Amino acid sequence: MSDGATIRAAFKGVLGSFSLDAGFTAPARGVTALFGPSGCGKTTVLRCVAGLQRLADGLCIVAGEVWQDPDGAFLPTHRRPLGYVFQEPSLFPHLSVRRNLLFGAPRHDPDSSRAKIAFDEVVELLGITALLDRSPGKLSGGERQRVAIGRALLSQPKLLLMDEPLSALDRATKDEILPFLERLRDRLSLPIIYITHSIAEVERLADQIVLMEKGRVIGAGPLEEMQSDPALPLATARDAAVTLDGVIEAHDDCYGLITIGVRGGSLTAPAPPAPVGDRRRIRVIAGDVSLTRDAPGPSSILNVLPARIVSMKPVDANEIVAVLALGPDGSGARLLSRVTRKSWETLHLSEGASVYAQVKAVALAPGRGELG
Amino acid sequence: MPGLPPEIWVPIKLTIELATITTLALLVVATPLAWWLARSHAAWKEAIAAIVSLPMVLPPTVLGFYLLIALGPDGPGGAIASLWGARTLAFTFTGLVIGSIISSMPFVVQPIRNAFAAVGDRPLEVAATLRASPRRAFWTIALPLASPGLLTGAVLGFAHTVGEFGVILMIGGNIPGRTRVMSTAIFDFVETMRWREANMLAGGMVAFAFAVILSMILIEKRFARARA
Repeated sequence: MSDGATIRAAFKGVLGSFSLDAGFTAPARGVTALFGPSGCGKTTVLRCVAGLQRLADGLCIVAGEVWQDPDGAFLPTHRRPLGYVFQEPSLFPHLSVRRNLLFGAPRHDPDSSRAKIAFDEVVELLGITALLDRSPGKLSGGERQRVAIGRALLSQPKLLLMDEPLSALDRATKDEILPFLERLRDRLSLPIIYITHSIAEVERLADQIVLMEKGRVIGAGPLEEMQSDPALPLATARDAAVTLDGVIEAHDDCYGLITIGVRGGSLTAPAPPAPVGDRRRIRVIAGDVSLTRDAPGPSSILNVLPARIVSMKPVDANEIVAVLALGPDGSGARLLSRVTRKSWETLHLSEGASVYAQVKAVALAPGRGELG
Repeated sequence: MPGLPPEIWVPIKLTIELATITTLALLVVATPLAWWLARSHAAWKEAIAAIVSLPMVLPPTVLGFYLLIALGPDGPGGAIASLWGARTLAFTFTGLVIGSIISSMPFVVQPIRNAFAAVGDRPLEVAATLRASPRRAFWTIALPLASPGLLTGAVLGFAHTVGEFGVILMIGGNIPGRTRVMSTAIFDFVETMRWREANMLAGGMVAFAFAVILSMILIEKRFARARA
């Protein structure tokens, strides 16, 4: 990874009673989720990246441009080509929706086709065409947040920062905005750093994840790797799962199934027909994967895949999570399996053992069509 | 103004002139000061705020006494006056303007400061993330959002200048056509037992005060509705 295509950030300092010492490097593409419990310092890191907060011992280099370094270089926020979506929409109450949207747009010909992110495209993408001449006070929470996202996009950022943009919204409004975020991620080649404490949002949106705890980064990397790393808390969480990005290999219209290829195997799931070659994100919950030593006989379970146990970690006194690598030689994608200690010992399972993974359910995320 | 004797309308005209010039000058001076008081983290800013607020608490005669010395031949006012060959700013219209600016300052600074504080950090942070320089954020975001406070400050500053008596009497004397404003004119009419004239001016002031308060309430309601 060359320096020109990465985001490097490291901030160290004491803020009141909270001490922050967080650093990570992420590719400057796709969605990087900043994930961790409330109060772990995610927002502070994001504010430091934006330059809204200044810690003297800070480093921030985005796609080769130095925004801050520990020697004192510090680019003020308004000179950083970023977009920031706050937790609350924070629209300017005295400006119409249209003027809010155009506030940060480059002032020469904002509608020009030379602009990377065009006004009409954003308005259409976010479904806010009908709201343009309204005042922000007359919008619903979800509409406001969509306008705030559009406003950030139209400033033509090279990096979009989003601080829990959905957390202040109710469930229905979240469901209304999530598809917009997915379209945004897929249609615009804009790197996004996305703060959340919802693993569901991470699984739907993120390509990379930076895990934070108590002001520190405890892991950073591709989502699949982080989810299947037994040293990190994701793998041993009650709702542990892995998300895999795969390609549709076949569809069986007779039974309404599609087969998705991932590294080292393929998985079949009920789904409406979709073109072969399309990308799909799937989610496999650790609790839905059981293990057998021998190839099972006929079963209602569609997905039985040869795999190898890479590592294991006890979750509590009686349960174990095993990290599996797909493929007979164990070179493929990772899965997690949660088994009881009793099964583990009865089946004589161990690290390195060859097994068959039986996957009871495969959840499909909505299409990731145009993602390259 | 036809129908009114000059001894009534000349003080009215002078009062309006004085209050208008004072209010405009105060908006220019008080807005940046209020901005600084609302946004600065300097430890000593409250000391400055206290100094600005002093005229609210000081007896007008005390304020007037110090202003008289400052404006007089031996004070900075005398030095300024010497630029155009005069000896003093005391007992002049310019002196009245300077005195009114100082005595009405807290009534303008306070509401504007509160309005800037109410705007908060967030809109300015948002503006900065949208490439707005601090200057642009001030003019396009902070100032419009604080405009009800500016309006309140202007109205209060105008009204307080119109109503000021003690300071005016101390530094302006009561010179007809030059420094005799409504408040001192009323005093003069009462001294000379001219109740009818005193009544006209005093009644006009009551009506003016009522109009000021009413319009402020209506303005505030209107802004509150527009933002809802």
